[in-house]
Amino acid sequence: MNTLATGLSFAATPLVAGLFDAPVGVAHYLVVGAILFTSGVVCMALKRNALGVLMGIELVLNGANVNFVAFSSPYLRGEGAASLGLDGQLIALFVILLAAAEAAVALAITLNFYNNHATVDIDRADDLKG
Amino acid sequence: MMSSGVILLPGLVAAVATAVPLAVVNWHSVLFLLFAAVACACAVAVVLADNVVRMAFYLVLSLASTAGLFFLAGAEFVGAMQLMIYVGGTLVLLVFGVMLTAQAPFVAIKTSAGDRVLAGMVGAALLAVLLQAAFRVESWRRPAMAAVAAPAATPIGMALLGVRVDEPAAGVPAAAVRSGYLLPFEIVSVHLLVVLVGAAYLARAKRRRTPRSIDVAASSVGPVVTAREAARSSASALVSGGGR
Repeated sequence: MNTLATGLSFAATPLVAGLFDAPVGVAHYLVVGAILFTSGVVCMALKRNALGVLMGIELVLNGANVNFVAFSSPYLRGEGAASLGLDGQLIALFVILLAAAEAAVALAITLNFYNNHATVDIDRADDLKG
Repeated sequence: MMSSGVILLPGLVAAVATAVPLAVVNWHSVLFLLFAAVACACAVAVVLADNVVRMAFYLVLSLASTAGLFFLAGAEFVGAMQLMIYVGGTLVLLVFGVMLTAQAPFVAIKTSAGDRVLAGMVGAALLAVLLQAAFRVESWRRPAMAAVAAPAATPIGMALLGVRVDEPAAGVPAAAVRSGYLLPFEIVSVHLLVVLVGAAYLARAKRRRTPRSIDVAASSVGPVVTAREAARSSASALVSGGGR
């Protein structure tokens, strides 16, 4: 048991040291944003529950917000022409506000759909099919 | 499972302790890794979960961790707004939607296995492209620490009022880039008002009319009720009966 623990510690030492020493750059934030975005797209395409599709949209918007904030961050991009400056944060704020508006309308539509069809399965929303 | 965790945990702690003395730990990186891991894991869990209530819970955790990432990036006002508007408002709205529609057959709607495999392949391809783009630019991998970043709440508030008080980027003429955000702010505020009125109108409770005597007389000899209308009225009766 002890040998396993020490072996693990030796194996993990360079990896852990690299993780905890390396300063965070914009690329790290971009990776987080990419994972959030991809999860949101897959969620939108995969879920059959209308509220699941809504949650996918929230994830996509949030991934975009992570990128905006990362590119406007003074810690990551410094001051100057490389940084988006305050504009990135303002755009992120507008995205948050519009996401709130979008969620309210989409939820109202979902409730209406549920009232009319007694289900939230979006595969059943085929009234317009010829 | 339990015993392997008991064995692995001291190993991990020893690895961390031997690799990094506590004094030189870059706490910014550690906190970033913590928040990023929670955000990404919960986002993936939203996709993998079938139960819509659990999906909402994982989404709350993911968005709250993203607010932590915003704080770490120096955007404390955006992080606070993320917590207040997104986690406190939008997701509460979503959870209400889940509760209003959580009849037993709709809590967990399964997706077919073929669709899952296809979506996984498409998602992996998209993620590969995005990750390649993220690591392509050399200067994005290292931080460019500004000496001290001032709190951004006041400049944001002034920019929303149409006055930019932050320093313009070096080498760029000041008048070219510094635009205020008064007009977008007004547009968004009116947009929010219109959207909320419209949402309240769309989702209003539809009252059934009390049948008047003339309607009752007409319906007794009236046209044949189609099966769809019968199903719709029974569904709305079910909903209004459940809501009261």
